[in-house]
Amino acid sequence: MAEETFLSDDFVRKLTAVGEVDILVGVPTFNNRTTIAHVVNAVQLGLVKYFPRERVVIINPDGGSTDGTSEIVRTSSIQDFRSMLSASPLRTIHRITTSYREVDGRGSAWRIILAAADLLRAKACAVISPDLESVTPEWIEGLVRPVYKEQFDLVTPIYHRHKYDGLLVKNIIAPMVRSVYGVKVREPVGGEFGFSGRLACHYLELDMWHEDFVRARTEIWMTTRAIVDGFKLCQSFLGPKIHAQKPSSQNIVATIQDALGALFRCMENHEAYWLSRTEPPQAIPVFGFEYSSGLEPRRINRKKMLMMFQNGVSQLAPILESILSQEVLEQIRQISQLDEKRFRFPDELWVKTIYEFAASYHHSVMNREHLLQALTPIYRGRICSVVSEDQRADAEQIEQKLEVLCREFERLRPYLVERWARKA
Amino acid sequence: MGQLVLDTLSRTLGSFLDALALFLPRVLSMIVVIVAGYIVALLLKIFVRRVFGIASFRKYCDSAGLTQMMRKAALPPPVEFLSQLVFWVVWLVFIVLGIDALGISALRDQISQFFMFLPQIFVALVVLFIGLLIANFFSRATLLALANANYPSARLVSSMVRLLILLFFVTMALEQIGLGRHVVLIAFSIVFGAMMLGAAIAFGLGGRDVARRILERQFLQKQPEDKDEEISPL
Repeated sequence: MAEETFLSDDFVRKLTAVGEVDILVGVPTFNNRTTIAHVVNAVQLGLVKYFPRERVVIINPDGGSTDGTSEIVRTSSIQDFRSMLSASPLRTIHRITTSYREVDGRGSAWRIILAAADLLRAKACAVISPDLESVTPEWIEGLVRPVYKEQFDLVTPIYHRHKYDGLLVKNIIAPMVRSVYGVKVREPVGGEFGFSGRLACHYLELDMWHEDFVRARTEIWMTTRAIVDGFKLCQSFLGPKIHAQKPSSQNIVATIQDALGALFRCMENHEAYWLSRTEPPQAIPVFGFEYSSGLEPRRINRKKMLMMFQNGVSQLAPILESILSQEVLEQIRQISQLDEKRFRFPDELWVKTIYEFAASYHHSVMNREHLLQALTPIYRGRICSVVSEDQRADAEQIEQKLEVLCREFERLRPYLVERWARKA
Repeated sequence: MGQLVLDTLSRTLGSFLDALALFLPRVLSMIVVIVAGYIVALLLKIFVRRVFGIASFRKYCDSAGLTQMMRKAALPPPVEFLSQLVFWVVWLVFIVLGIDALGISALRDQISQFFMFLPQIFVALVVLFIGLLIANFFSRATLLALANANYPSARLVSSMVRLLILLFFVTMALEQIGLGRHVVLIAFSIVFGAMMLGAAIAFGLGGRDVARRILERQFLQKQPEDKDEEISPL
């Protein structure tokens, strides 16, 4: 049994009153008033529809919401399940709300959910983001069934996304996890996960919860850790992922810092595993029926992105000189001279750039937060190029291009290994 | 007459030889002290190089930007610099002690003043060192923040930040060693005030439109031309 001292007495009392459960669903929240009722109702419906006979509980760690999110979680209920389903619930769906400090990062919420799963001896667990408009009851089945019925340990999501959504995942995180860890995971940092009680206990027992990168981006750590420790992984198609809030470019710097910082730290922690790995990447089973449909078009200011890339490359030259090799930096300088029509960021240059950033991060050539911030203008350049190239591409063509990029990451893996091992 | 000259010469030679006999052991002790100091300084230099030569310290200097900055200033890497500094400070102390062993009273006061001054020089050097670190860190942070916000003169602003911080720490260091205390303080005030006034005038006259746009964007929430892209990175 893992340490539970970080759980409040009141929360432990409520958990004890529930007893053992089969399925646990965690919904961490922080000021999600607009979407939380929909999410909680979708979770309840999913549990009643697909797991009517199982003992279930919904755990809601709240980061101190001031907009009444916790009250909505406690009070939102479906009065008449028969109007939506052919069945009524056979068991009570317990809902327990507790609090965590938002400043401690989302890792604290994850840890509470994992500890609750451990205490309640849950067989299968799922975590759902509170800020999505597109959650359906089927998500619960997609995340829980592979664990509950098929004995998988970790279920990562696959979303139907707009071609310009999740570009950091598509252009860096997923291909990097694939080439470094040797597993083809499409969404290693998705906000939704399914996992077994066994894996929950394993995560809790690892003495990593004080680490900043685990607290900031728990999902990357969970995915890579599960791969390294040999747990059974699969993916589940969930459908469209639509955030309630319109995304903005303002948080790109922080997102890159958090997500890539976490990925690079994971690579450092697991270097004994991946540096010696030689097998080609393995595909993992995919559950669910994949489909694609038209998503509303996005407004993208390519001109502004290109300008920010060009300005960034010229202004940050002294910083980039200590991160990148002369050859790579020179090539970046050359493409930054191109006009909007001719501008392209080639895959090979992109992969080498990311690998050199990873190696420089590992060797701490400068303050690590500064190093990741220096990647932002280059990322903008790459995105500008991707948007230009994919303007008329359909879903299938996009998939093919991503596959080509992933293969480029794999082909240049020795370049990363050599740079990583090289002394600063 | 000749005998008198001979007596005087022999007396002078005798007293010279007496003085030489008294002085030679002092010179010898001075040489011994200086040579011993050299050996001690050399050993300390090797010790410092070993202790601070560990990978974690080098990594720390790299990540703080110190190595890069010293390279730019044509200085050796931080560990080498530190070991050289220790060597020269220790050897200088021994050289001064050796000179003191000569027993020249005119030098004695100067030497005691030098030793009283030594801690102040050391503190001033530490202040400068910290100042360099802070200036480098904040100038890089400024450069990154402004470049990521698409500010056109990011490098100019970050250089100004570095200059201001360095100016502040140089003033503190000079103040510490008591060099022209009032002059330094006044000079700093004048330079700092002039820079601020210059910046205010430049912004007020040259950047009226920019200032208006910034204020409008801040308070009127109007962004008709500068639309953000609707792309979620994750």
